[in-house]
Amino acid sequence: MEAYIYDAVRTVRGKGNKKGALNGITPTDLATQTLVNLRDKHDLDTTQVEDVILGCVGQVMDQAANIAKTAAQQSQYGDHLCGVTLNRFCGSGLESINQAAAYIKAGFRHLIVAGGVESMSRVKMGADGGGMFMDPAVAIPGNIVPQGISADLIASKYGYSRNDVDEFAYTSQMRAAQAEKESRYVSRISVKDINGIDVLSTDENIRPSTTVEALAGLNPSFAMMGSMAGFDAVAIDRYPEVEEIEHVHHAGNSSAIVDGAAVALIGSKEAGQALGLKPRFRIRAAAIHGTDPTIMLTGIGPASHKALKQAGMKPSDIDLFEINEAFAAVVIKAMEDIGADHSKVNVNGGAIALGHPLGATGCMLTGTLMDELERRDLNTGLVTLCIGGGMGIASIIERV
Amino acid sequence: MQNIKNDLFQVEMDQDGIAIMTIDQLNNPTNLFSTHFIQEFIQVAQEAIADKDVKGMIITSGRSMFMPGADLRELRSMGNNPEEILEGILRVHQQFRSIETGGKPFVAAINGTAMGGGLELCLVCHHRIVLNNIKIKLGFPESKVGLLPGGGGTVKAPYLMGIQNGLMYLLQGKEVRPPQALKDGLVDDLAENQEELIAKAKDWILKNPNPVQPWDNKKHKIPGGGIWSPTGVQTLVGAAGNVTKMTHGNYPAQQYILSVVHDGLQVKVDRALEIEARFFTKLLGSKEAANMIRTGFMEMQKAKKGVARPKTEPKYEIKKLGILGAGMMGAGIAYVSAKAGMEVILKDVSIENAEKGKSYSSKLLDKAISRKRSTVEKKQALLSRITATDESKTMAGCDLVIEAVFEDPALKDRVTKETEAVLGKDKIYASNTSTIPITLLAKSSERPENFIGIHFFSPVDKMPLVEIIVGEKTGDKAIAAAVDYTVAIGKIPIVVNDSRGFYTSRCFGTFVNEGMFLLEEGVPAAMIENIAKKKGMPVGPLAVHDEVTLTLSKYVIESNPDSDKNPDTQRSYKIIMDLIAKGRTAKKDGAGFYDYPAGGKKKLWKGLVDMFNPNVDTLNETIIAKRIMHRQAIEAYRCLEEGCLRSVADGDLGSVLGWGFPIYTGGALSYIDFVGIQQFVADCDAFTQQFGERFAVPDSLRTLADTGKSVHDYS
Repeated sequence: MEAYIYDAVRTVRGKGNKKGALNGITPTDLATQTLVNLRDKHDLDTTQVEDVILGCVGQVMDQAANIAKTAAQQSQYGDHLCGVTLNRFCGSGLESINQAAAYIKAGFRHLIVAGGVESMSRVKMGADGGGMFMDPAVAIPGNIVPQGISADLIASKYGYSRNDVDEFAYTSQMRAAQAEKESRYVSRISVKDINGIDVLSTDENIRPSTTVEALAGLNPSFAMMGSMAGFDAVAIDRYPEVEEIEHVHHAGNSSAIVDGAAVALIGSKEAGQALGLKPRFRIRAAAIHGTDPTIMLTGIGPASHKALKQAGMKPSDIDLFEINEAFAAVVIKAMEDIGADHSKVNVNGGAIALGHPLGATGCMLTGTLMDELERRDLNTGLVTLCIGGGMGIASIIERV
Repeated sequence: MQNIKNDLFQVEMDQDGIAIMTIDQLNNPTNLFSTHFIQEFIQVAQEAIADKDVKGMIITSGRSMFMPGADLRELRSMGNNPEEILEGILRVHQQFRSIETGGKPFVAAINGTAMGGGLELCLVCHHRIVLNNIKIKLGFPESKVGLLPGGGGTVKAPYLMGIQNGLMYLLQGKEVRPPQALKDGLVDDLAENQEELIAKAKDWILKNPNPVQPWDNKKHKIPGGGIWSPTGVQTLVGAAGNVTKMTHGNYPAQQYILSVVHDGLQVKVDRALEIEARFFTKLLGSKEAANMIRTGFMEMQKAKKGVARPKTEPKYEIKKLGILGAGMMGAGIAYVSAKAGMEVILKDVSIENAEKGKSYSSKLLDKAISRKRSTVEKKQALLSRITATDESKTMAGCDLVIEAVFEDPALKDRVTKETEAVLGKDKIYASNTSTIPITLLAKSSERPENFIGIHFFSPVDKMPLVEIIVGEKTGDKAIAAAVDYTVAIGKIPIVVNDSRGFYTSRCFGTFVNEGMFLLEEGVPAAMIENIAKKKGMPVGPLAVHDEVTLTLSKYVIESNPDSDKNPDTQRSYKIIMDLIAKGRTAKKDGAGFYDYPAGGKKKLWKGLVDMFNPNVDTLNETIIAKRIMHRQAIEAYRCLEEGCLRSVADGDLGSVLGWGFPIYTGGALSYIDFVGIQQFVADCDAFTQQFGERFAVPDSLRTLADTGKSVHDYS
């Protein structure tokens, strides 16, 4: 049995702080608007949709108590619709697609909405607590460091200079600005208020006016926690070959904190046929891989190679890549590990320009990749993200 | 309730119905938090609670110190049955809690230093008043001996002082004086004298007939917020990072303290105390705590009291001390000796040089005065005890003369003869040489039985160790004199027999050399340095070499007539000479293994890459770590076997205090047991095959390993 992606939609992304345009919109509402859009766009017979799988990282407050079922109820698809919320940190949005695909391939479900949501302006990163960083019994033996330190460790270990990461960030901004100018984000929807008035209709974070010089002037974000909280020493204990952690990452070359939601409709061939839907993509592979928690963000390479192996492909078989821009150094390292040329990677920009709404990003990247492959009339794409705790996730999609 | 008087305390009832317990442990040099005391205390406390005529109880001390801590000897001998230990601790907690919740006020009237268990006793009380005396210290020093406060202190400190401040006390063993303790919330009130102390305590008891501890009070808020408050989260996350930075995972106490705070503050206090007890039990059975208590406390105390001196020799009193050479070492020796009340004659070739040496004391005292650690009067008194001179004959009336001139045998020969010409025939002459054998130097002496080595470490005023070197002909009286002198200046003596480099320099040299050998073999310099630090060495072997200077290493090798017989020395000599040829000489010259940019942080010299062509995969971390640490330990063992060391304890203390060998291992010799003696021997056998004879296992060590013995069984 094969799993197909029939469509994918995402909201615009608003800046993830109290001044961000989407700060007044609840995450339930964000997720619900994507579900409603999907239904209306396809005049979907919602009685055939069985489940909603949403990734969401900060599952407290607004986002607690199974936001997937909460949004399922709000979407008025019907009382039969179930919902489950999952957390694979930054990989959650892709994990939900992969789990949906696995259900379909197993024959246990036939039609699923899968995606993710995160309102980072309303539920701050880390608000959900947990043992990973807080519990000394976990954090100390694990040499756990905050992600920014891991990103700086990658740059230090593999010799990426401040200029290297700034250049990368600049490219992301320019590509996103170009994509915006040419209206390439075709499956993007605006977020509306209760009156149907647009609250936000473009991605709020893109900075077309930025320059490499401007980026070079920004202060490093993680130097203080590296020295004051001892995390540089923690990283060096795990990687003694690194003399010193070079703090090259800052607000301009790390993923932006934003609000947003995305969903994809995943189903079997038969389920689509019955509803008169045309499948756009087939999910060829779905892989994960773990690394040590200190460097944390280098799982992309091994996960991608696993996915390629599953699909019986070589890196050169992939037409376009979406590699989540958690931090510039992560993507530079990932491109080296996969053997992917920058000209094929994140061709419409990435999270440095557009933002990274944790639970939603994996699904957003998949939608962006689908649109661009079709626009360029290409076939195969690989979407991958690095993940907290030391994980990587990768999926390969192929046009039908 | 009846008045009580026993060998632990006396209890007297006053006319208001207040019982005053005055702790005075007749059989101990000081009041101790011992099992015996705790049991007796609890019994009396429970009696007081049960007696309706008793309104409350005051706990105070009949000694100069309130109670400076637990009985570490007893803790060490608590056996190795974790279930029994845990059960015992939980029973005490239950009884302490019955006092806390008994509905009767207990007040600690702290009239002397209260540390560790002594302070925890005060925390069982509902109210703490401390005498406002600058000599009184309060704190939790447990983490310094590898333990955590196990009498409720780890759980309670955050309730009183907040998580962040509480952790400062718990993790670092921070000690404070009474005003700071009040400010931090560790105590509730200060009193200016004993009468006021007791009056305030009585007053509080009468006004608070039914007190509730903060940890039992639902309305009590932890200062700064609980575990999941923004401050709590930030503190815990940052503390985890800083604990690793501080301990590199070598000292479990710090991690467990954090765990008790993290796990314990999320549950009720009784459960939290149980959590504390479980972690305490684990630490009490740890090798690290055993090592830190033995070497860092027991052996240290013995050494401080002069255990190394020949027992039959009478105490050698030093009223007047002569110092030859007023350079950095001589000046430092003058300062510590004058500080201990001795009259010091500081001689150099010119009066200017001698005065310059004396001015070093002046500078140190000015600094101390600016930090309120000394006074102008004390400075004047100390300086008046130092006489700067350029005449040898001033040595005539000295009880002990310490020679601290340049490391030039000819010069040393001359000053020895000059001095002995005037020095009393029964007086002692010592050399502060760090490189030349004492037996050799003693050849210049008419009275080699009175000739000894007293090796200070630099800077003299900061380094606690003194290595006393016994030459072939050195007599017991000279040894006794040197030990008595060291004890008198408050430093810690170890006594070793003469050998090239003595004990400390010889082993320290292997640390430095192994670092260079690894570098030469292609291990990246950063790996060598970071792995050494990760194992607990205070500085990497390359950085410390820059500090002692490569030029000194060159000199030491060149001045040793046996150097060319030793292939390892030849190997390190070549590396040193290659570096010196490229202008890499020392930190003080701004260029060694590191670059030292003006005003910036030192950075490994990029030229090392061209010289040694490093590769991350040359050797794995475990091997690198073992080579660095094992190498020092095997040299220390050879010192023991060759008779340079006279005891395992001296070897351990000398390594910890002399060159910073990490205390969690117990010291360079105990390290062998820490690793596991059989494992150590197996590692060294493999290393001998792979890396050379310097790792060869001495026969006596192999025998110890084969017979399942410990390095402490060496005899």
